[in-house]
Amino acid sequence: MTEPGGSGAPPGKGSAPVAGGGPPVAGGGAPRPPARAPASGDRPAYAGWRRLHPLSPVVRSGRGLLAVLALAGLSTSGVVGGGTGTRWYDLALPVVVAAAAVVNWLVTRWKVDGATLRIETGLLRRDSRQLPVARIQAVDLVRPFLARMLGLAEIRVRLAGSGDADGRLAYLTEAAAVALRARLLAAHHGLDPATPEPAESVVASVPTGRLAGSALIPAVQLAAVAVAVGGVIVAVAPGGLLAVGAPLAWWLVICGTIAWRRVSAQYGFTVAVSPDGVRIRRGLLGTVAETIPVPRIQAVRMVEPLLWRPLHWCHLEVDVAGHLGRDRPEGSGAVRKALLPVGTPQEAMRLLSVALPVAAGWPPLARPPRRAWWKAPLSYHYLAAGHNDTLAVAVVGRLRRETTWVPLAKTQSVRLVQGPLQRRLGLATVHLDAAGRRVRAEFRERRQEEARSLVDDLAARSRSARRQASRAAGGPGAAGEAGQAASVVSPVNASQSEA
Amino acid sequence: MCPSPRLWRMRCAEVIAGGGVLAVAAGAAAGLTLGGAAAAIGVAVVLAGTLAALWFARNRFRSWVYQERDEDLIVERGVLIHRLSVVPYGRMQFVDVSAGPIDRAFRLATVKLHTAAAASDARIPGLERDEAARLRDRLAALGEAKAAGL
Repeated sequence: MTEPGGSGAPPGKGSAPVAGGGPPVAGGGAPRPPARAPASGDRPAYAGWRRLHPLSPVVRSGRGLLAVLALAGLSTSGVVGGGTGTRWYDLALPVVVAAAAVVNWLVTRWKVDGATLRIETGLLRRDSRQLPVARIQAVDLVRPFLARMLGLAEIRVRLAGSGDADGRLAYLTEAAAVALRARLLAAHHGLDPATPEPAESVVASVPTGRLAGSALIPAVQLAAVAVAVGGVIVAVAPGGLLAVGAPLAWWLVICGTIAWRRVSAQYGFTVAVSPDGVRIRRGLLGTVAETIPVPRIQAVRMVEPLLWRPLHWCHLEVDVAGHLGRDRPEGSGAVRKALLPVGTPQEAMRLLSVALPVAAGWPPLARPPRRAWWKAPLSYHYLAAGHNDTLAVAVVGRLRRETTWVPLAKTQSVRLVQGPLQRRLGLATVHLDAAGRRVRAEFRERRQEEARSLVDDLAARSRSARRQASRAAGGPGAAGEAGQAASVVSPVNASQSEA
Repeated sequence: MCPSPRLWRMRCAEVIAGGGVLAVAAGAAAGLTLGGAAAAIGVAVVLAGTLAALWFARNRFRSWVYQERDEDLIVERGVLIHRLSVVPYGRMQFVDVSAGPIDRAFRLATVKLHTAAAASDARIPGLERDEAARLRDRLAALGEAKAAGL
């Protein structure tokens, strides 16, 4: 079951919801949704409602079911003369899992109702979601291995206030999923929903060799360290081989698994640009196609790890508003999405100019004063920051260099922090926060007086950038896109809903 | 603008009550195990600590400043680590007014502004109830008037 928390406001005393809170919510505690007509009016109650693909329960419960069945098979065939009791016990779990998946399929339905995607699910606790397409942050098309075998795909719609499971439609046929994505994105951009998916042009792709190299370099180094340590121990105490061997083997297996996961998740990585937004495709066994409308990008980060430095490789991440989900390799739960898992600086710059508003050019970087070395001796060599009318950029990091770009139109707040040591040195740090957790550009160790004026300057420039952005998006009418899902949960049991 | 002077009285009450309990406990424990002189020393140490805490609380109370500007709210605080937040009204997601049992005894409330960024902290403690209600309504109205999408 999913949580009802779509509206984002905690039940704290005296909370006053502000603009962009929730879209109109249908009356809570009403009888089951099928009993009342859709909000849009004159159509009959069931018009346009669609079910998921009949094979979805198989895929949804598939992996767990297979594992349990295999386990049961092993135990029954392995144990000679096992009692019937154990076999019944073994079979109960898969049956329950399968039944739950089928029931879930039976009670779930969805439709696109004008500018909203509506999903209704739940047997005992009816959960009716309305996802306004204007507030979409990203649309993902996920195909796990089993679903791919059956020609199915899952659609995940991400809104700012919603968690991982809120906008999931699992599973549709591949054609239906692609069509639905095109429809949602067209409606998101204010076009006729029937507009076909626009053409896209590939901006960057990652060759498999480079991807494997980027995954293997850290793994091989970790493994080399372990082997060296093991070698030393064996050389010192020849009898210690047995004690060292098993953990060493485990360590190597873990290193290999990490490298493999990375390669299989990012295999065939392609970034394409279309009027819809940036489209990312990746995956070896299960595939993921993510679409992020460019104006939804909150920040872009370029990371240059220490071990990749000889090869001048870097990787790029973008932050999209939303709640943190579990980051599964074939899934797309993360709010932080890889825009380029490994690439050259030229490719990175090309992607940056796609993802960021660089009309005013790249902001010039300024280094902190020399005395900042006393505050940050390990990261001083990288520290730099700068801003112009549309963009702020900050470089931080000790061993790996992290450069963060935040469009000023996305600023949520500006903060100045000054610790005791910084006060002695006459320094201060300015944070420019964007939506999300730890999404910010940090102007570290600036001169105190400069930091003060920087706060005012950043606040003023953010304001005008925001105005410009909302004017471009169609005036204050675009204001309500703070982006949350409405979710109505109406338990069948009326007394529960009263409580 | 600053929090209400009652916030200082509340902090005083908290520190003195805590220090008193601690002094009695320290005196009793030292007196029962080590004798009268140790008890006196223990109580003196705790009282000195309480005075230091009072001095610190005084400075911290004085450091709270907030200012409602045309487009944004500024909150400044902190003695050891000095923090200043600028939150534009248009970025507000919701306003939270909370009051714990001690707050309520002193007729105070805390107003907190939430934005989509987890890090932006604009919290103003120790506001008198009327001021808290006024600030909440004003912030909510301004937030609605100037709202901007994510």
